Amino acid sequence: MLPTRRKKLGRLLVLTALAISLASCSIIGIPDSPLNSLDPQGPFAERIDNLFWPVFWVATVVFVLVEGAMVVSLFLFRDRPGRKEPRQIHGNNKLEIMWTIIPAVILASIAIPTVRGITDLTECGADAYPIQVIGHQWWFEYRYPQEEVVTGTELVMPAGREVCATMTSEDVLHNFWIPALNGKRYLVPGQETQLRLEAFEPGTFIGQCAEFCGLSHSLMRARAVALTEDEFASWVSSQQEPAAQPAEGSEAAAGLEVFLNRCTQCHTVDPFNVVALDEFSGPDLTHFMSRDTIAGGALEYSRENLTRWLANPPEVKPGSYMPDLGLTQEEIDSLIAFLETLE
Amino acid sequence: MTTAAEKATTIFRRPRAETGFWSWLTTVDHKKIGILYGYTAFIFFVIGGAEALLLRIHLASAESNVLSAADYNGLFTTHGLTMIFLVVMPMSAAFMNYLLPLMIGARDVAFPRLNALSYWIFLFGGIFLYSGLLFSAVAPPLGVVPGIPGNLDPSDARSFGALPDGGWFMYQPNAAQEFSPSLAIDFAALGLQILGVASLISAVNFIVTFFNLRAKGMRLLRVPVFIWMTVVVAFLLLFSLPIIAIALFMVTFDRQFGTLFFDATAGGDPILWQHLFWLFGHPEVYILILPAMGIVSEIIPVFSRKPLFGYAAVVFAGAGIAFLGFGVWAHHMFSSGITTVAQVGFGLTTMTIAIPTGVKIFNWMGTMWLGRLQLKTPMWFAIGFLTMFTIGGLSGVTHAVVPSDWQQTDTYYIVAHFHYVLFGGAIFGLFGGLYYWFPKFSGRMMNDRLGKVHFWLWMIGFNMTFAPMHWLGLQGMIRRTWRYDPSLETWNRIVTVGAFIIAIGLLVFIFNFRTSKRRGEIAGMDPWDARTLEWSIPNPTPAFNFAEVPIVHGLDEFWHQKYTEDKTGRPIRKPEADEQVARLEDIGINPPEPVHLPNPSYFPIVMAAGLPLIAYGIIFHRSIAGKALIVLGVVIALAALIGWGSEPLEEAH
Repeated sequence: MLPTRRKKLGRLLVLTALAISLASCSIIGIPDSPLNSLDPQGPFAERIDNLFWPVFWVATVVFVLVEGAMVVSLFLFRDRPGRKEPRQIHGNNKLEIMWTIIPAVILASIAIPTVRGITDLTECGADAYPIQVIGHQWWFEYRYPQEEVVTGTELVMPAGREVCATMTSEDVLHNFWIPALNGKRYLVPGQETQLRLEAFEPGTFIGQCAEFCGLSHSLMRARAVALTEDEFASWVSSQQEPAAQPAEGSEAAAGLEVFLNRCTQCHTVDPFNVVALDEFSGPDLTHFMSRDTIAGGALEYSRENLTRWLANPPEVKPGSYMPDLGLTQEEIDSLIAFLETLE
Repeated sequence: MTTAAEKATTIFRRPRAETGFWSWLTTVDHKKIGILYGYTAFIFFVIGGAEALLLRIHLASAESNVLSAADYNGLFTTHGLTMIFLVVMPMSAAFMNYLLPLMIGARDVAFPRLNALSYWIFLFGGIFLYSGLLFSAVAPPLGVVPGIPGNLDPSDARSFGALPDGGWFMYQPNAAQEFSPSLAIDFAALGLQILGVASLISAVNFIVTFFNLRAKGMRLLRVPVFIWMTVVVAFLLLFSLPIIAIALFMVTFDRQFGTLFFDATAGGDPILWQHLFWLFGHPEVYILILPAMGIVSEIIPVFSRKPLFGYAAVVFAGAGIAFLGFGVWAHHMFSSGITTVAQVGFGLTTMTIAIPTGVKIFNWMGTMWLGRLQLKTPMWFAIGFLTMFTIGGLSGVTHAVVPSDWQQTDTYYIVAHFHYVLFGGAIFGLFGGLYYWFPKFSGRMMNDRLGKVHFWLWMIGFNMTFAPMHWLGLQGMIRRTWRYDPSLETWNRIVTVGAFIIAIGLLVFIFNFRTSKRRGEIAGMDPWDARTLEWSIPNPTPAFNFAEVPIVHGLDEFWHQKYTEDKTGRPIRKPEADEQVARLEDIGINPPEPVHLPNPSYFPIVMAAGLPLIAYGIIFHRSIAGKALIVLGVVIALAALIGWGSEPLEEAH
């Protein structure tokens, strides 16, 4: 009896080891996603990461013990010929108390750092750099109240300094998430929420709207671009500059005409059609070329992609509020020529 | 007397059919109603499963165009609504209906006609919910926002008609009129309202049955755990459904009658909806899982040939989970910007739920320990429940670590978690129950070998589908996403393959069920050597359940009728046990005296038919036809009520 059981156990162990190594190989083989939440790049995300892993390992130990006991009892107690009827045990109060108290103690030990994590991470620091985030179906708008800068999709921020994002929404609920910098926070119409962001080093960090917000929810993307103090200062001053007048007779000038005729109901380019904030519904395009993505992050910038977007926006983003304007190829080309002057 | 009763019921002649189509429409027998619940829920299970497969086919590649964004949103919404309200709840109700009277030694539930009413309302509610599909032409095209022309791409036209597209959670204001003009949301909101009425009626019925109809001697701590869980769930329904009923009325009024409960631009509060929704929605989670916990608490002792370890602890832990379940709702909203204090509070209450849940798991394992495990199909499903639910429970604890949840919420990590609890838990438990009690209603055994094939296909397919989702979520794959990062494609393909293995497992089950029902081995009395009263009567159950009402002397009454214990506490079959079982079978088949049963009635199905008419009327209330439908529905329901009231439960004999 025993040798076969041992053989079976051995075979099981080998199989488990094989499965685990195969699984880990494939995990290692697959590159991380840009939204990987296990790769913190700032103090807040790191704090969360430091909370996640101990809990994960505690859970893993409990998992191994419970499932292990399960497998062992399957091997030891499965019915075999000649096995006697079991003693009719109705329970054991000492055991009941034990398996009530031990989990309670484990949970209490998790609860303490959890509570400290919550209290430390929710409130913005006093000298944090303020930025406003406004959610729209389906793009994020950013306003820098101190500098009077307005941009979208790409949140440019100083590295190594806390940014306090004060957030709201123009339409439905959205959820702003840059996994490398912090967890998520809702954007709620009619209310303000706050999220702390900070990056250790300059870099670009990918984000995404995480709350289901309609047809193009999955395409509502964001990124945070952290710059050194100097780079950030020069980015701010360039954002404060109005756009340059395109040379007369150039293709860009023709594009400006198209823009003024077709795009100004929703978009603005300073100084050609200056509109008060909140008076237009689409992104401010004054510094269009300073961003790497278009269409609320749905596409990387390239002439090809921009053509595709201008030709039929709802094809790129289902339900897009930017309609198919029926632009001719010629209009699209000149519009692109104009947009490319908007550094 | 007879003539007076007949005069009172002049609307319909009393139905007389005992078999065939009409007998099912007019039945008030809890067993037939249970079977109706079971088959209906199973059909919806196949529909909900097909929806899941379509979603998985779409998600097999990152830039897939198998489904349009609108169809994708519609399918994940209906998949959720279907599996929760039309599969797990009614499948649990099937077992409760069938077994509650049998396990407490009663001839029926307290209010047999109410029981029928509850089933018909459920069925019509489910059909109503899906009937939104037929009215797509009436709804404005999806994605078109009034005042902004041309923002609908023809390639985005809906191929499935108007599926509700706001998520089963219907978060406001995305599911409000302005952002989801499709009528389908109204169908979902009113459909849930109707389904809620059905559940509320059975909750009251089960509570009254539990407290009044237990057999003589069945004190509260002699009641089988499944029945305890039934009554705990009934209380959960009783307290949580009114909350969602009010909240759904607010949604319907916002959408149809211009109120502004959740409209922020008019001072309403979209977060209020979330509080109301989850104040119902979290108890709902326990409404879904506790019946399955009850089922495995019945299966494990029988197949371990030992009494349930720590019976009282298991019962109180179940009640404790239900009680705590009302105090944790905001853990669904940790990233919504609720205050620090609320996050701390709800984080801590969420952790405490792990304690009674752990107590249950340890007691089930304590039952198996030192047992003599009969590894038949029901036991395998119970083991599957235990192992998979443990994983879901542990990932649940990680959500209680609030800052971690800020990272994981709204990602596939959550999708993985609740499928481990609701599929690995509830569905595995319910199918274990199906294999276990199949002889009870069919008189035959299911094929054990095919059952094991089904189990292992599900075990492999389930883990292939849902285990990688933990990783996908940690890698930042958000929920409800029509597109995802191409780096996640490999794992998503594995998930899709897993989903198809689950589907194959289900086909094996359907084949097994059909052939076993026709040609399965005859079960006879007590095929599992079981412990509880429902096995002390013949299979299939006679119409009157118990020819003589049993007297209960302890927990596991039927077991103690068959077994005594030696000095070491090992069971010894009593010499007269076989004779006793044969006697019980004989009187069950040939009752010594005639048993009077409640008569069938037309009124439950007629009254239930009134509700969807009213709901259609509300949706189309702007037209004359809509107003007429409301009046018609009210008239039908009232007429049925009057007929019902004037019809005696049992005809005079």
